[in-house]
Amino acid sequence: MAKVHFTDFEGATQVIEATTGDSVMETAVRNGVEGIVGECGGSLSCATCHVFVAAQDFEALEPMEEMEDEMLYGTAVDREENSRLSCQIKLCAEQEIHVTTPETQV
Amino acid sequence: MSTQTLSPSLAGADAPAPGTATGLLIIGASQSGVQLAISLRALGYTEHITLLGEEDHRPYQRPALSKEFLQDKVGSESLIFRSNDYWIQHNITLVKGERIESITPRPDGSGEAVGSSGTAYPYARLALTVGARPRLFEAPGAQLDGVVYLRSADDALKLKALAPEATDVVVIGGGFIGLEAASSLQAMGKKVTVLEYGTRLVGRAVGEDTSEYFRKQHTDRGLDIRIAARIEKIVDDGHGAVQAVRLESGEEIAAQIVLIGIGVIPNTQLGEKLGLKIDNGIVVDEHAVASDGHTIVVGDVANMPNPVPGSPSGERIRLESVNNAVEHAKVAAYSLMGQREAYAGIPWFWSNQGNMKLQIAGLSMGFDATVRREVPDKGKFTVLYYRAGHIIAADCVNAPLDFMAVKQALAAGKNINPDPASNPATQLKTLIA
Repeated sequence: MAKVHFTDFEGATQVIEATTGDSVMETAVRNGVEGIVGECGGSLSCATCHVFVAAQDFEALEPMEEMEDEMLYGTAVDREENSRLSCQIKLCAEQEIHVTTPETQV
Repeated sequence: MSTQTLSPSLAGADAPAPGTATGLLIIGASQSGVQLAISLRALGYTEHITLLGEEDHRPYQRPALSKEFLQDKVGSESLIFRSNDYWIQHNITLVKGERIESITPRPDGSGEAVGSSGTAYPYARLALTVGARPRLFEAPGAQLDGVVYLRSADDALKLKALAPEATDVVVIGGGFIGLEAASSLQAMGKKVTVLEYGTRLVGRAVGEDTSEYFRKQHTDRGLDIRIAARIEKIVDDGHGAVQAVRLESGEEIAAQIVLIGIGVIPNTQLGEKLGLKIDNGIVVDEHAVASDGHTIVVGDVANMPNPVPGSPSGERIRLESVNNAVEHAKVAAYSLMGQREAYAGIPWFWSNQGNMKLQIAGLSMGFDATVRREVPDKGKFTVLYYRAGHIIAADCVNAPLDFMAVKQALAAGKNINPDPASNPATQLKTLIA
């Protein structure tokens, strides 16, 4: 099973087992992880699933497309080098990823 | 109206027993119903919540039905709002496949609803998140096999089941649903014709420039779009299935599927039974409370005061969008907690049509000037809407930076200087003032 480690802005972490092929956003929302909204359901329209990806995991991700890059300029908390929209991070089998959620998404 | 009582304390409508009926009954397992339940738990609401829906599915998200789900890019599981564990852990009871037939309210806001199964659902508070239903197309042949609508998961499943055998599709209605589905069906290899009765596409939601942009882009991509189309009838193939759509001009357009997307009608039936004020939906105040002072009404079905700061006093609006379902539900959750919170954020909308991503920030109604920004080789197209020199909205195609900038400006109550904004090389966020 894939696993996602969600750490909130205050440092509390929860680990959620994820279904292969689901996105990090879907994994969060379906399990009620606070800190990720995903209002548009993953269609890259709302920028409310912003996460900061741990350095060791960030490098392994597929590079982002221009649309995601542009959307990241509109997040509620300013983007950083390791920012991604979690709806665009699809989980592979046995993948383990560590993300931190921003203080607010809206 | 027949009622069935579960508890002696609820024996009669004339015998209010405050404090005995507990919990919140949410009728409508929709985006707004789900959000209301979730927001209440986040705010610390401790009463039991029942979330009841008439469809035989766990609560699911609708936007992908006309897009990714139709094209088999996502499965049904990814439409589900929350895991089963979530509902259990949060003490929220889901009831599927139940249609409420009657409601007996009491003066204190409590009451009892009875479903088509005969089960009674007593409640201390009631919320209606019942949404809207597709407007039916009325023309000869509208009942034929192969004529479909697209609102529910079952509608989408029916369309998906028909699709493999079809080569030609006629979409009646050039609004968001029609154009999204037309783009999807085209991507699935169908020859698609869109028939729009009005003089332009998406006439209710975007301005003329954006309508024309979509008409041209879709036409260039091979959609056959007919504006001001007049339909005589849907033609029977002789076996009760659709064969073509016949225009008043006499032209027949072949079709094995006719998809109707001509808007929705708010589901006011239960509101009428409750005696609530009805006017283009169920009328609510700024705290999502209906005219009886008790019933909470949220989302597509609610006619509410325009929530945009600075909008004309007394102006009312009914919004059909995910964003409104979410934000309105939050207002309603506070209201049920006895708190008064203003509607947060600026209304926004999206529509993905093939490789065109439309994002709309704000409400353009009442605009008196527009500014266009276009980067044709990148497929970027933006229209900014101004009222009395102040920005009120934007339609943005493949231009998320513009969308985000306008949303930020509106949320902050700021303006975007219109003159330099016409230069697409200038970032709008640098013009916010």
